Parts: sequence; structure tokens; C-alpha cells
Amino acid sequence: MTTPSFVYVTYIATTPEQVWQALVDPKVIRRYWLGTKSDSPAHENISDWQPGSRWEHRRVHTGAVDIVGTVVEHTPPRRLAFTWARPTDFDDATKHSRVSFEIEPQGSGLVRLTVTHDGLDDDPKMLAGISGGWPQILSNLKTFLETGRVLPRS
Amino acid sequence: MDHTDKVFKALADPSRRKVLDLLAADNGQTLGALCEHLDMKRQSATQHIDILIDANLVTAVRKGREKLHFINPVPIHEVYERWVRKFERQRLGLLHDLKTQLEGHDDDNA
Repeated sequence: MTTPSFVYVTYIATTPEQVWQALVDPKVIRRYWLGTKSDSPAHENISDWQPGSRWEHRRVHTGAVDIVGTVVEHTPPRRLAFTWARPTDFDDATKHSRVSFEIEPQGSGLVRLTVTHDGLDDDPKMLAGISGGWPQILSNLKTFLETGRVLPRS
Repeated sequence: MDHTDKVFKALADPSRRKVLDLLAADNGQTLGALCEHLDMKRQSATQHIDILIDANLVTAVRKGREKLHFINPVPIHEVYERWVRKFERQRLGLLHDLKTQLEGHDDDNA
């Protein structure tokens, strides 16, 4: 295991199955995978999520693909891992970083979701963009699963 | 204790804020590395870090024989959404109302 670049943790009052659904179902993903600004486009992640399959991070309205990667692990409802790269770098595995989601039930209706992103240290531009993005997405995901709404955008 | 209370309590101490600054500058540090920059005994540093972990502001990840500490900005983001951005919106709304009142009409193009 390489040293992670980032580790993000949030506790969500829901079930592991609901969190899992929110990670793999594009119809759910597009509800919370938004930026802070009202004009930043909603995204959805498209794949069959089988290890070795390609996944794409697409803008909902234009279909433009911003990020691509390969699914590494698919263990519902506990672990999902995939690589992360610019579309132009898909064929160069050395330019892929790696994202993993770990879902742990905490008892009393609480789930701990840990997002680890590693392999970003050689790509400061991607690192800067992502470090601001994950907290927003995880806050949105938490609010969405707990209330059915997302945080208001400015 | 309510989770938001834990976050504010954890942030209410300069040593703990310094730990967050140290991790923001260089994420994934060991306790030993953090202690080099903190003017306190290892035991006190551990107590401060435990409070940060309990507030979910720091996550400890075991890697081999080492334990690495990562800043977790998600609760800070939630505090920002709840306690900062909400009031920014209200202030902008007040300015809009003031403008409407002074100009005597609601101009959407303004």
C-alpha cells in the first residue's frame, strides 16, 4: 500500500446498503456530486463496476467525460476502489491515482465512510483540484442520504 | 456530546489548531514528526490528537509499524456550510433588499 495523499471520513446516519447504492448508481450520484457554485455541472459516474471495467466521470447535461479509470475492487456493500485519471491519460497506468471507499457500520444506525485517495503526489494540479472537491461531495452525500436534499449552493 | 460541539471544542485550543496547520502543510505525519513542531511532551500531544480524532478532524491510518495522521476537512466544511455561508447569503439578501428599497423597484438585471 502506498501512502495516501488524502483520507476523508464522514459519519452518516444510514445503512451500508444505502451508501453503496449512492456510490454506484448514476441516478443517485448526480443528485449529490455537485460543486459549490450553482453553475458547476452535476456529474455522474458510469460503469458496470466489475473489476477491470472502465468507469467514466461524466457531466450530466453535456455527457463530457472529465475523469476516467479502471475498477479495482467491488465488494458490496463494503469496499469500492478504482483508478482515477484524465481521459487523455487512460492508456498510461503510471498516470492513474487510486480512490477507495470503505463503508463500515458503526452500530446505532451510523455508517463510517472513509475515502482514501493515493498516488496524487506527482500531480500537484490534480491534487489541488481534488483536495477541495472531496469534502464538498462527502458533505453533500451525507446531507442527501440523511435528509433527501443537498446543501444549498451559492 | 453533540458532534458539532466536539468540533468547536477541538478547534478552541491553539495547540490543536497548530496540529491541523501542520497536517494541512504536510499531510500524513507520525506522532513523532508532529511532536517536533509542538512545544509539549509526547503524552500531552497524544491527548490533543485524541481529541482531534474524536471530533473526526484527524484520522489515524496504520501503515506497517507506523501510524500516520491525516487532516479530515469534512467537519470543517460542514461548519463552514452551517455557520459561515448561511450568513453570507443572508447578508447578500439584505443588500439586495436595501438596493430594491432605495431604487424603488426590483431590477433582476442589476
